[in-house]
Amino acid sequence: MQNEVQFAGFGGQGIMLIGKILAHAAMEEGFEVSWVPSYGPEMRGGTAYCTVVISDQPIGSPVIKNPRHLVAMNRPSLEKFAPAVQKGGIIFINGSLISVNSGRDDVDELVVPVVEMAKELGNVKTANIIALAAFVARSGVVGIEALKGSIKEEFAQKQKLIPMNMQAVDAGIQAAKKD
Amino acid sequence: MSKVLMKGNEAIGEAAIRSGCLNYFAYPITPQSEVAEYLARRMPEVGGVFLQGESEVAVSYMIFGAAAAGARVFTTSSSPGISLMSEGISYMAGAQCPAVFVNIMRGGPGLGGILPSQADYFQATKSLGHGDFRLLVMAPASVQEAVEMMMDAFPLAEKYRNPVMILGDGLIGQMMEPVEFPDSKKTEPLNNDAWATSGLDTRKSDTRNLVKSLFLDPEALNNNNLLLKSKYEQMKREEVRFEAYNTDSAYNVLIVSYGTMSRVCRTAIDSMKADGIEVGMIRPQTLFPFPEDQIRAAADVTHCSVVASIEMSMGQMIEDIERSVQGKKPVKWFGKCGGDVPTPEEVVA
Repeated sequence: MQNEVQFAGFGGQGIMLIGKILAHAAMEEGFEVSWVPSYGPEMRGGTAYCTVVISDQPIGSPVIKNPRHLVAMNRPSLEKFAPAVQKGGIIFINGSLISVNSGRDDVDELVVPVVEMAKELGNVKTANIIALAAFVARSGVVGIEALKGSIKEEFAQKQKLIPMNMQAVDAGIQAAKKD
Repeated sequence: MSKVLMKGNEAIGEAAIRSGCLNYFAYPITPQSEVAEYLARRMPEVGGVFLQGESEVAVSYMIFGAAAAGARVFTTSSSPGISLMSEGISYMAGAQCPAVFVNIMRGGPGLGGILPSQADYFQATKSLGHGDFRLLVMAPASVQEAVEMMMDAFPLAEKYRNPVMILGDGLIGQMMEPVEFPDSKKTEPLNNDAWATSGLDTRKSDTRNLVKSLFLDPEALNNNNLLLKSKYEQMKREEVRFEAYNTDSAYNVLIVSYGTMSRVCRTAIDSMKADGIEVGMIRPQTLFPFPEDQIRAAADVTHCSVVASIEMSMGQMIEDIERSVQGKKPVKWFGKCGGDVPTPEEVVA
């Protein structure tokens, strides 16, 4: 069984970070993983995307044309990658910045206004964690405990940020249920 | 030891430290700058040295100097940077100095681009610099394999007193995968008192060692080149590494592919197998020495009708494959080298 998740948005949204957190959580659960960034002459505000492959077998190609799932954090990303998502996959849409839907009726579309939710929590920077948690809760690609463990490890040097990010995880899980 | 999730570039740096290499000189260039970034922080923690040179040419001579003094030393760069280092590497091969050079390739020629590529195959395996010399060239296909090859590279460089190159494409440097640093691959540097200019006091010797690549006497130069040749012949006998995939099937097509490209091919082979088409693959793990005999044997079976070289370059490896196959089967090429990594779907097509 192999899951591929494409994370996409603009530089500064924490796209690379949530991809890494997911890959790390999956590794802790015993899966084979690979994380491939888009890298180019990138800058804050430019495009940013990464692909995470999670498998119970050694991973062949880390380069994926048709990912199973997509987490789109801005509209250009959604328009670029939505057509490539496999039938039956999940398309997560950052409802705060994207006013359209994927145009696909053969996928599970999950729209969450993560920016507003993050502001309610008191830190807009947690929007990416809310998105990741909502996606994980809906897809089950890794367990919530592994996800929380991975976030705690990521913020090990910044302990004071952990409680807020745990709240962000819980908010994401709730959002995935409501939809 | 448990697995850690690391970027290829960082894992390469850590693998060098775990190999007991505490000397790193480099000049930053995409897509391998994270090695320098990582080691700038890590080397001081372990009592090592990271010194950024003023250019890649200078770096190659810092490496030469450290190696001549008997130290384990390595550098990392990417294609245009390796071209600049080629002069120093040639001097080191002539003077028989061990060191490890990592090339995380980007597209070329010229400044090219910064995306993944395998366009330095010729450079690494045939014409890195002037003069009659070769490097032992290893090509990893995963972050874990990059770590293991790094840890093997230092003892191999010392065994042959010759530079060793790790040739990875940009993805090997940029990708994150789980890695382990096997304790079993830790090695101690060989005693090199017999040749290195490590200092008469530490060596407790009365005789001076001289490290040089200048041999003005024709016979002496000829003898030095014969000695180098004998080392390269020994590499061909003892150091060939390769991996076979799906070669126990009745494959009609044999793919030869290395590095990240070979993993794309593996996925393509699996998907074709599901459609009832059998394709085998030989993945060279060493590009010099090249697994000639193994490729010839795999091509020279009745059910194999064609051999395909699949690479992120314009068919540079095809000449080595043709040389291996010796005209017994046609050899075709598929590749891309603008920076996109070909997808499994394209390989199938």
